[in-house]
Order: sequence, then C-alpha cells, then structure tokens
Amino acid sequence: MDKTKKPLPSIVWPLAALGLILLFNLIFTDGFFSITIKNGHLFGSLIDILKRCSPTMIMAVAMTYVIATSGIDISIGSILAISGSVAALLVWGGNTSYLSAGADVQPAALFFIIVVPLLVSMVLGAFNGLMVSVVGLQPFIATLILMVAGRGMAQLLTGGKVLNFSHKGFEFVGRGYLLGIPFPFIIAVLVIALAALLTKLTPMGLYIQAVGGNKTASHYSGINTRMVIFLVYIFSGFCAGIAGLILTSDITGADAGFMGLYMELDAILAVVIGGTAMSGGKYNLKGTIVGVLIIQSLTTTILTRGVPPEYTLLVKAVVVLAVLIIQSKRTSDFIEKTTAKVSKAGAA
Amino acid sequence: MKRKVIALFLILAVVAGTAFANGQQEAADGGKKVVGFSQCDSQQAWRWAETESVKQEAAKRGYELKYNDAQAVQANQIAAIRSFIAQGVDGILLAPQVMTGFGPVLEEAKEAGIPVVLLDRLVAEDEDLFFTFIGSDFVWEGEEMAKIVVEETGGKARIAELQGTPGADPTIDRKKGFENVINEYPDMQIILSQTGDFNRTKGKEVMEAFMKAEGNNIDVIYCHNDDMAIGAIQAVREYGLEPGQDIKIYSIDGIKDAFQAMVDGDLNAVVECTPLLGPQGFDALEAAWRGETLPKWVMSEDGIFRMDEAAALIDGRAY
Repeated sequence: MDKTKKPLPSIVWPLAALGLILLFNLIFTDGFFSITIKNGHLFGSLIDILKRCSPTMIMAVAMTYVIATSGIDISIGSILAISGSVAALLVWGGNTSYLSAGADVQPAALFFIIVVPLLVSMVLGAFNGLMVSVVGLQPFIATLILMVAGRGMAQLLTGGKVLNFSHKGFEFVGRGYLLGIPFPFIIAVLVIALAALLTKLTPMGLYIQAVGGNKTASHYSGINTRMVIFLVYIFSGFCAGIAGLILTSDITGADAGFMGLYMELDAILAVVIGGTAMSGGKYNLKGTIVGVLIIQSLTTTILTRGVPPEYTLLVKAVVVLAVLIIQSKRTSDFIEKTTAKVSKAGAA
Repeated sequence: MKRKVIALFLILAVVAGTAFANGQQEAADGGKKVVGFSQCDSQQAWRWAETESVKQEAAKRGYELKYNDAQAVQANQIAAIRSFIAQGVDGILLAPQVMTGFGPVLEEAKEAGIPVVLLDRLVAEDEDLFFTFIGSDFVWEGEEMAKIVVEETGGKARIAELQGTPGADPTIDRKKGFENVINEYPDMQIILSQTGDFNRTKGKEVMEAFMKAEGNNIDVIYCHNDDMAIGAIQAVREYGLEPGQDIKIYSIDGIKDAFQAMVDGDLNAVVECTPLLGPQGFDALEAAWRGETLPKWVMSEDGIFRMDEAAALIDGRAY
C-alpha cells in the first residue's frame, strides 16, 4: 500500500448512506424524485425532506458544538416547546381565552412574536450554560432539569391546550416559500452559515475543539473555558427557539405537550451519524448536516412507502445501526487491513 | 427531597388513620357526604375538563369534594387515596395514572368499606377491589366512526388511516373497531396506515407524505384523534385539495378545535370520547351507598356529531 495515501475523509460514509437511501427510492419509489411547481412553489417528496428536516437541522448544528465541548443538551425539545408557546401567546396578545367568539385580541407586532421567544430561549440556554460551566454540573443532569421542567412550563403557558392562532405574517415562518423554496429550509441554511462564520472567522471553532479535547490544558493556555461552554449552550437555546417558531407556525398552534418531544434525540443521533465523537474535541458540521438528511430521508421514505407502523421504528433503527457500524473506527481499520492483505497477497 | 415528602406524607397518613379510625364512622354519617377525587394529571385539556366536570357535579349534588392532583406521579396518587381513607371519606373517585400497582391501596379502601369508582382508565386488579369503572369503549368508537364513513361514502372508499401511538389501548381498539365494520364492505379499503402519535405536527407530516404517494386516490382520512385530523386538514389544503369535500375527514375525541373544524367545513364528523364523567361517577357512588350493584364497566355517554350539527353545539363544548 502506498504510505502517502490519505485515509478517506469521515464524511464519505454518511454521504454513502444518504446516497443509498436516495438510490433505493430512485429505483423502488415512484415519483419520489419528481419535483413540480404547484401553487407557485416547488413540490415533491424531496422538498418535503428539506422542509421537515429544517427544525432538527437547526438544533443539530448547535448540538454539534455542544457535543464538541464534550457536553450534551437534552433540554432543546422543551426549550422548543417554550419558545413556540411564548410565540403563540404573543399572537394572542397574552390572552389565552382562545376560540371564545369575538374575543378582543390585539396581537403583538411580528417583530416581538419572533424576537421575544428567541430571547426567552437564549435565557434558558444561558441557564444550562451556567449550570454546566459555573456550577459544574454534569451536562446531562444540568440539561435534564430543563428538559423535565421546561415542558411543564410550556404547558402552563398554553393552559394545557393546543393554543391555536391565525397570523398571516407569523405563519410564513413555517409554511411560507421564498423563491419556491420552503422558508424553514432557508432559515436552516442561514443558521448554518451563521454558525460557520462564527467558528471560522473567529477563534471560537478552535476554542470549542480545545475545550472538548482537554479542558484543563485549554484553561492553562489562556482560553476562557467557562465562557466558551456558556456561549455554546446559549447558542443551543437560540437554535431550539428558532425550531420552536418554525414548528408552531407550521401547524398554527402551540402544542406544548408534544412539539419537539424526543427531537433532542434526533439531533444527537444526527451529530453522531455525522462523525462527531460524543467524547468531544473535533467536530464535523458537514457530517451533522448529512446526518440530519439521512434521518429525514429515511422517515419520509418510510411514510411515503407505507411501511406498517409496527415496523417503522425497527426499520429506522436497523438503518441507523448499519450506518454507525460502517463508519466506526474498528470497521474502517478492519476494511483497511483486509484490503492491505488482499493487495499484498496479490503482489506476492 | 420528594421521597422525604412522600415518606412524611405516608407516616402522617398512617398516624391520622389510626387516630381517626374510631371517629370516622360518626363523622361521615353526620353532615353532608364527603367524596375524595384523585386525578392523575391535569396537564391535558381533556383531564382538566374531567376534573371540572367532577367538581361541578359535586357542588351541584351538595357533596364535599376533596381533590388531589397527583401531577403524573403514581406514588402521589396512592398517598392521596390513603389520606382519603384516613379522613374517612364516603366514596373515592379515581382516575388512575397507570393500570398497575393500585392493588394494595384499593384493598385498604375495601377494608375500610369505602367504594371506589374508577374513571376513564381501568386498573389491572381483581374486580372485587373497585365498585365500577366508567369509561369509553374504544372499540365502539371505532365501529361508530366506520358506520358513519360507510353511510357518507355509500360503502365505497379508499381510506388513509392515521393511527395513534403504537401499542396504546385507544390505538389498538379504535383500529379494531373500525376494521370490524369496514371488513364487511369489500369496496372499503384502507390503502395507507401510519402512526401520527396523536399529535398535530406528526399527523401533518405523515399526511404530507401520504398526499405525495396517493394524493388523488384518497377518499377518506380516518384519524384516531382530533389533533391528528387537524394536522391532516392542513396537509390536504396545502396539497391543493379541499378538506371535507375532496377528501372526507373523520376523527375521534370531540375537542373544541374539532368542532371548529366542522363549523369551517373541514371535518366531516367526530365520535366523542367524553371526559365529562362527573355525573356518571356520582351516580355510581350513590348506587354504592344504596347498596346496589352495577356492572363492572359502565360505558361513558359518548355522542356522535356531524358537520352540520357543529355550529349549534360548539359554544357548549367544555373541552
């Protein structure tokens, strides 16, 4: 074997998995790849994937950084619910007696409907950050607090009901199309761009990897490790807040009990599929994006093909497991060894 | 901390129980009847409505109600029932959090001679341990829904089904009941079926995928609950069809939002799964006090509502 040969970049395997899922659909699912224009916007299963994966993608981007600092944030599903509930409350001008005929409702300005929930989410993220960086709780436990309490708070905000609303401007966030592309996906792209800018143009990306790699060493080399961890959790809260706005806007109602439930798990899964180690250190943002696309393509495929619901989770689990096994270090070492042996045998 | 509180509560309950054991009978016979109501959780609108119904009915009939919300923790609920027993109430209404684990405390109630009426969820215990169970028959709900669909489509329809959470009782039984009826009609076919987890977002996502797969072939959407139907309505409309007309939509539960959807012409009919169990609950307790027996399962009084009736009824909907 040539010694100078570079190992395959880790993104190859998730990409291959995504390719396989799409290839499967190309062959077996009629019309999966058809994209038409309907009501002035793009329409088709692929567009569905882009639209539906956006909330998870936004949260998974932030989760990548959290995990890179060797942390974890399992509260994002609940923060999402709080963000959405606050937004719905603002549309109602703080009045929850919805559906009461002729109720006098003065919705808040669109600016506030968007900004206030995001601020609330960032405060909640800051709480997580404080618990992890200053108080020194285990990230899992620290964020478990908000995961449990947060959903209760969201349900208190909406009075245990699904808080419906109608607001043309706000509905655009989750349902709208810009240049034919689903607006949630455009938001996701913007968030990715923002994240990439923040980590590439500032030393933040380096700091995050340093903190995750070796916190003590980073501390002694002059990095404010507490601040880095603190900021990462705030960003995570911010992203969960955006996802909450999208989901609430999409169904024009804040479903505090259910929205975002278990989405933290999808986000974590996407990060891991993408090749970022849970132990922290180096991260792979592109991998995360591909990971989210894999999960959503799989879900959309299952739904479109009408897999019986009893098997849905099983199919998902098997595919995810296969991806994880393929890209694990042991497997790639094994493949390299066997190919080396084969080529040696061939040479001799 | 929570454990300590629960432990303290239990100790207090035991102490109180022994202290008042002698006096309870006279106290209960004196003034108005005292009824304890243990609600498992009050986060959902449905449970909230159930609690209101019990409270209102108690006030109406002139009983003193001791109410406890267990906040989704079974241990709280068991502690609450023990405290009801200790206080020597005349009857207990119990909306159980889960099906198992209530055996010992129900036994204690039985020994104290206090009738227990279960609301909305059965427990997996010996039938002697409770007086009766008042709740909906999910199979019946599915069957009634199917009869309406057969009637409104003339017995010929391609159906997309949005199931509830896999494995949940309502999911299994609402599916079974529906299939019991439509299996007798060869032209009624379920062409797509998937879980929407009883919620709007998932219901909408699943229906979006269904519309891509079979959009123009679907005549009817059958949803195991109203929330999924509301998600499905949005997906159908965004696909460019008119929900309620191009595709008929049916669901179970009867929440106020579903009535609104019927008023708007988007939802064709609902079968109710009522949380308003207060009147039937107190009827049962009164029967127990009179020494009568009731069947172990009393069906709750669920209604069937169609689109054209909705406008007249919507203001009266309590949940």
